[in-house]
Amino acid sequence: MAELTKERSQVALEEAKAAHAVVRAPEKRGKPTVVVDNLHIVYRVYGAASVHEKGNAANALMRILRRQGRPQMKEVHAVKGVSFVAYHGDAIGIIGRNGSGKSTLLRAIAGLLPPTKGAVYTDGQPSLLGVNAALMKDLTGERNIVLGCYAMGMTPAQVREKYDEIVEFSGIDEFVNLPMSAYSSGMGARLRFAIASAKTHDVLLIDEALATGDREFKRKSQERIRQMREEAGTVFLVAHNLDVIEETCNRVIWMHKGKIKMDGDPDKVLSAYTKN
Amino acid sequence: MSQPESAVADAQAGGRGGATPMKGESLAAFAERHGLRRSIARPALPVYLRQLWQRRHFIVTYATSRNLSKYSNSVLGQLWQVITPLLNAAVYWLMFGLILGQKDKPGVGGNYTAFLITGVMVFTFTQRSVLGGAKSVSSNLSLIRALHFPRASLPLAYTLQELQQLGWSMAVLIAIVLVTGEPVTLLWLLIPVALLLQTLFNLGAALIVARVGAFVRDVNQLLPFALRTWLYASGVFYSIQEQTKGLPELLRWVLEVNPAAAYIQFMRDLLIFEQAPSAFTWITCVFWALCALIVGFLYFWLAEEKYGRG
Repeated sequence: MAELTKERSQVALEEAKAAHAVVRAPEKRGKPTVVVDNLHIVYRVYGAASVHEKGNAANALMRILRRQGRPQMKEVHAVKGVSFVAYHGDAIGIIGRNGSGKSTLLRAIAGLLPPTKGAVYTDGQPSLLGVNAALMKDLTGERNIVLGCYAMGMTPAQVREKYDEIVEFSGIDEFVNLPMSAYSSGMGARLRFAIASAKTHDVLLIDEALATGDREFKRKSQERIRQMREEAGTVFLVAHNLDVIEETCNRVIWMHKGKIKMDGDPDKVLSAYTKN
Repeated sequence: MSQPESAVADAQAGGRGGATPMKGESLAAFAERHGLRRSIARPALPVYLRQLWQRRHFIVTYATSRNLSKYSNSVLGQLWQVITPLLNAAVYWLMFGLILGQKDKPGVGGNYTAFLITGVMVFTFTQRSVLGGAKSVSSNLSLIRALHFPRASLPLAYTLQELQQLGWSMAVLIAIVLVTGEPVTLLWLLIPVALLLQTLFNLGAALIVARVGAFVRDVNQLLPFALRTWLYASGVFYSIQEQTKGLPELLRWVLEVNPAAAYIQFMRDLLIFEQAPSAFTWITCVFWALCALIVGFLYFWLAEEKYGRG
């Protein structure tokens, strides 16, 4: 009983907070959410086998006996000194060629890659939505929705309330009762985005996750990102499809060979990028 | 606007109407002034426990869903929950009971079938919890990367899943014990206590291997061997007291103090030998449960911010 009362009071507290947040949103806008300070990321890649050292068992043993590190290790300097400040209510598009360090930058902001030099400071814990982020592929879409919501800390009542909205938003219809392994990549991506965006995130990082959606989904997800911005969250979006960025973002960062080549209004950056 | 440093310049110019770093202020100081924190910090222990409690629905639902989907591809479906332990027991009965002649040895209580199956069921519970625990973090990386939740929820859910499976095994076990002629006694009331202690131990063990397995993938190759050695050393098919008579005292003590052997002994005392577990068995069972849980939990929590990285 005491537990229940406690929970109720907590819910009430959170509701009060939420109400507060809505009122305060415009003021919150000016507050920074992500500060990236001279960030360098060097990561190691294993298994880039060279011609003369093949990865057989005998070589593996010799390597351990000689106390060498793992074989065929290559260092990739993916991000080379990036600095910027992102604010509440920003939707920032990150563009650049393949291998320019966009995804690495997102992973570093999410805290998944430790900085080699420099630092990332964030307000709260950023969430990363990636292309391959099938949540639990053996389970049905329905289970994935329920579990995803629970994992984000919702109560059963909140999940029941959000459930239909998530199914509706993802547009997967009757597929909701099939395991996610049976989904097309587009359906999986839509469902993941629907689940993750059911809750307000302070910082949401989206890595190409919207690329596979159809026109209808694109429209809906842009609407959702706009909502998040209004609720004073910050959204980062990596996409090769420039239309999506142009329509969703209020700021664009152009990455080139691990550095920021340009940072500013979408019109300016995008036109420079397309001319390039 | 086209220089890498543009963000700083841009922010200093106040172009975006937001708070900006003051003249000469470093970005680090600016971030600190606004209460931004570096990377993911590990929550304090009480906070962490509270977060875990908030995720109880996740833990229970995850365990149940995994159990239900586990056999969904096979014809016999959920029946495998019962068939697998029975088949295991049948193989061991054939090998050890019949061929190696353990079934007529002293110390098995004159009912080798019940003796063996109790041992197999109890050991399997620990074995599967450990195997599941080792994969609980490493096979859920995308979930970990996409959503925030206390990572200990995963080994917890995996252990709970095994506990749910054990429900079936226990029903089979009790049926066999009754069919082979053991009476129901008041001691059976202690069965939940035995299971609780073993579950706590399993949870602790799962937490430990979950952390190791998250960073060293080789563990998944090694664990089956370690677990098989443990199986043979835990008196599942034989009576430790009877079979180790010629061995040094210290070795015998090590075998009996081993947690799996203790939990097996506890359950056999209740179901077959119709005697209250000895003080030694009680102490061993409680000690391992608390020890594994506390050490496992702390060990797992200490790496909380590192799961899913790299």
